[in-house]
Amino acid sequence: MRKVAVVGVGMTKFSGKQEKTAVELFAEAALDALNEANLKPKDIQALFMGNVLSDFAEGQSQAQAFVADYIGASHVPANRYENACASASAAFRDAFLWVASGFYDIVLAGGSETAAKMGTPLATRTFAMASDSRYEYPAGITFPGVFALLAHLYSRTYGVPLERLKKQMAQITVNSHYYGARNPKAQFQKEITIDDVLNSFMVCQPLQLYDCCPFSDGGSAVMMVSEDIAKKLTSKPVYVAGVGQASAGNLLSQKEYLPRLRSRELAAEQSYKMSGLGPKDIDVIELHDCFSIATLIALEGLGFFEYGKSGEAVEKGETKIGGKIPVNLSGGLKAKGHPIGATGTAQVYEIVRQLRGECGERQVEGAKVGMTDTLGGDGGTLCNIILKRGW
Amino acid sequence: MEHKLSFKQYNEALKQNKLLGLKCKGCGAVTVPPRIVCSQCAGSDMEVVELSGSGKIQTFTTVFVAPEGRESECPYVIVIAELDEGPWIMGNLTGIDPNQVTMDIMGKKVKMAHAVFPGDKYSAGDEARPLFSLA
Repeated sequence: MRKVAVVGVGMTKFSGKQEKTAVELFAEAALDALNEANLKPKDIQALFMGNVLSDFAEGQSQAQAFVADYIGASHVPANRYENACASASAAFRDAFLWVASGFYDIVLAGGSETAAKMGTPLATRTFAMASDSRYEYPAGITFPGVFALLAHLYSRTYGVPLERLKKQMAQITVNSHYYGARNPKAQFQKEITIDDVLNSFMVCQPLQLYDCCPFSDGGSAVMMVSEDIAKKLTSKPVYVAGVGQASAGNLLSQKEYLPRLRSRELAAEQSYKMSGLGPKDIDVIELHDCFSIATLIALEGLGFFEYGKSGEAVEKGETKIGGKIPVNLSGGLKAKGHPIGATGTAQVYEIVRQLRGECGERQVEGAKVGMTDTLGGDGGTLCNIILKRGW
Repeated sequence: MEHKLSFKQYNEALKQNKLLGLKCKGCGAVTVPPRIVCSQCAGSDMEVVELSGSGKIQTFTTVFVAPEGRESECPYVIVIAELDEGPWIMGNLTGIDPNQVTMDIMGKKVKMAHAVFPGDKYSAGDEARPLFSLA
């Protein structure tokens, strides 16, 4: 396999309901990524797009073909990835594999979503489609519901009293908003307090409003090229050091592991093995904090802390800049926003900029290796990407 | 290959308060909800068995923000129960005030009836789910 580099990244501001379509949002991010890479639309050989809900939000399926045309990459093969909230990471991984294999030299990967546009009732319904329509949805499951079930299970399994766990979870949200307030692309650029979290309304017991990421609109894109082309384009190529992807059935099928998510542990293992790196080598991570409890589960599944102990690490500040592993300095899904088809490559956007030292007051000084973690559904898809400085 | 127990057959039985599963003739594991192969060994030599429908609550949540079309059901309690036969299954909990449920119910024994989600414009027809109550 050939080495593959990210040579350009772009993302729109993430937001609540806005006027642009999913095609326009993706195109905006794609042109930014192209310009940054000093490439032209006609250089693109294939397009890989994450998009989940445009059928419902806009009556638009097959947006990827319209994007290719709209951005002037006319007639290139264009595929859509629907892996719920991990769609753009799955698109990124496949794009990487095609370049690594030698089949393509220059590809565009990314995604977009206009979920906020749908409003809460329809968005809640369509997000729930990523759970099992036969054996979970009839009981009225929603995505906050899935993670609420896991939060209670986490509390009991590891013996962390719910009251303490909720404060740890609230601290995660506070951290996300702290960094989101320093990210001009974030949906919420406002700091909040633990009391704000604990006084917000109950969504699915024990998860309150501020334990939950928002519905969002936005797009993100990256240009990936082979090593020889990267060397001609930039002095700062960011190499894809490792990738991993795994799947799982519905929550019930995962009973041997819960609240751990087996698909994450398998995907992470793949990405560590491929890169020859481990948790101790990661300088900064963007992980899937769709709900506050999800951060704790992710930190443990990725190997940063022992099972049941990541909440204590959060209490001690270990997930902030200067701590053991700085987490979600973009603001994460919680504060940056979570336009699900765009999230994975928006995580890549942040890591690439961290590795290039472009993140201003939320910069991890000297970051050399970064990682992303993206979860789709109730563990149905899990992708991990490890990125490394090429200079 | 034929399904030993399709979703439709499982669903119709559940509407009669019968919880059907599959017992593997190879490894003895019980699979429910149904699959085309055994959940443990992936073998396909399985027979349909009726399960007790009793078990204990593993985890729960009370839902206050509903998906489109299910607003009138709120608040409602979702539980995952571990059946006496081993598998986990998702359903609702009745006979208790949804606003008063706490982690104390985890581990409590439950028995099963059923309720039917009549379906909406997105779903493929009506779908039954277990409706548990404390035993």
